Amino acid sequence: MPPLSEKLLTPIEEIDEPGLGGPAGRPAPVLSLRDVRIKDQAGGRELVHGVSFTLTPGKAVGIVGESGSGKTLTCRAALGILPAHFEISGGSVAIDGSDIADLTPAQWTALRGATISAVFQDPASYLNPSIRVGAQIAEVIRVKKGLKRREAHRRAIELLRAVHLRDAELVCSQYTYELSGGMLQRVLIAAAIAADPRILIADEATTALDVTVQAEILDLLADLRERTGLALVVVSHDLAVVAQLCDEVLVMREGEVVEQGPTREVLHHPRHAYTRLLIAEHEQYGLEKFLATKEDA
Amino acid sequence: MSTRPVLEVKDLDVHYGLRRRRRRALHEVSLSVAPGETVGIIGETGSGKSTLARAALGLVPVSAGSIVVDGEDVSSYGHRQWRTLRRRGVIQYVFQDPLRSLDPDLTIEASLAEPLLIQGMSRGEAAVRVRSFLSRVRLSEDLLDRSPAELSGGQRQRVAVARALVTEPRLIILDEPVSALDSANRVQILQILKELRGDGVALVFISHDLGSVAGVADRIAVLYQGELVEAGAARDVISRPRHPYTRLLVSSAPTLHSAPAERAEREALRALLHA
Repeated sequence: MPPLSEKLLTPIEEIDEPGLGGPAGRPAPVLSLRDVRIKDQAGGRELVHGVSFTLTPGKAVGIVGESGSGKTLTCRAALGILPAHFEISGGSVAIDGSDIADLTPAQWTALRGATISAVFQDPASYLNPSIRVGAQIAEVIRVKKGLKRREAHRRAIELLRAVHLRDAELVCSQYTYELSGGMLQRVLIAAAIAADPRILIADEATTALDVTVQAEILDLLADLRERTGLALVVVSHDLAVVAQLCDEVLVMREGEVVEQGPTREVLHHPRHAYTRLLIAEHEQYGLEKFLATKEDA
Repeated sequence: MSTRPVLEVKDLDVHYGLRRRRRRALHEVSLSVAPGETVGIIGETGSGKSTLARAALGLVPVSAGSIVVDGEDVSSYGHRQWRTLRRRGVIQYVFQDPLRSLDPDLTIEASLAEPLLIQGMSRGEAAVRVRSFLSRVRLSEDLLDRSPAELSGGQRQRVAVARALVTEPRLIILDEPVSALDSANRVQILQILKELRGDGVALVFISHDLGSVAGVADRIAVLYQGELVEAGAARDVISRPRHPYTRLLVSSAPTLHSAPAERAEREALRALLHA
């Protein structure tokens, strides 16, 4: 299989293998959570009360909820990076078929980046301010793919191009303070996909960005998914962000999944009051009512 | 009530920096706000929207053009004149981060009463007035003896709105008032702002997010790279945007039911704007 970034640079008409990959029929899940519960050992409280979903290649699952609803903890559990004192107290997580409970630290290291990867809200805090961004991406490629320095640098530029940065060579030689938030998030996405992962978790990855830049990043994620079969977990407080990108939505509140189903189903027939509140907010205050009149006209 | 605009900005230019580092932040911006009207100002980071707010509050010097607040040309006002104007409480403001706009050492009651005491109102009268405004912003009296740090972000922003309201101003400028809030609190603030429309106070609501302004504003003005590229009734600007940037804004706003075809449209608009 050609590496993910190469596929991204190929015009979509020329991709012969379908992004969804695998033999006909049901593709094997790349990530599955079964009734995952997360507990704070220090406080003895359960904070996430059972999250289940299955992600197959090329699919996108969205998790919506306010801060403190447990959506980020769920992602961190899947990445094996729960904060100190927190543990998975029930259920199971399987990445590419293997249960993460049995993983050794070495196996985790091999898995992160190469199979499962993530981008978060504040891209600047995940990059070293005193190292050029190109070198930081190249490092991922050298460590994860075993490429030589020069080759890794060339690949870093390719990746920056793949995430639609206009002047990839220039960006490569720049420091974080020289780049805008939207550019930094692209750099982070480039680093996240450098080792050709199969799953990308985007946790509030566009929250701090201007609306137009947010749309650029969401379009990029949609593009990655279509062209490379990358599976996405999109976490946001904004139902509309998730609705744009995902096939399935989980609505979380206070650690509980209050609603879950295909996106269209959840949007058109919300059952839980909280989901209805999220939808009402958009309908009352968003652009919906103006755009609806446009369609009617 | 007179129909004279409460805020009239004409051909406003604002520059930052000196000599070779001098940079234009606003260019020939004209905008008029009628009494009781809610005007939304939309723009991305660096578009000059906060500069416009700051100019209208006398916080940045005007390079060219004029600003008239409630009939007074304030473009050439000095510190002293601005202070007198602000003390009259005709124009008030609410910023994004209420923790920074409220004095951390004052109780909520003291913060709310302060603008009234400055105007010369007695403590007793001020206390009555403060209480009469609490229900408008859905805050309970129990919060009055707390400090800002003891309140949630949403409560603090409602305090900031109440503080702007107590002097019964003619104009409130709100700079990203809901950007730091979660959805429940955002809805609550938007609802409060909507209810203010009947009171004759004009609002200038500045935001990067068309979505949060759409349901509240009567008119919308779009700033792009320091220039006002489009203005009109909210409905028209959103359903029939003319400028490429406005079109990109509308097609970028995440909606619950969007067509995938919009992606190609956004791509074309981005290419057009970057050309």
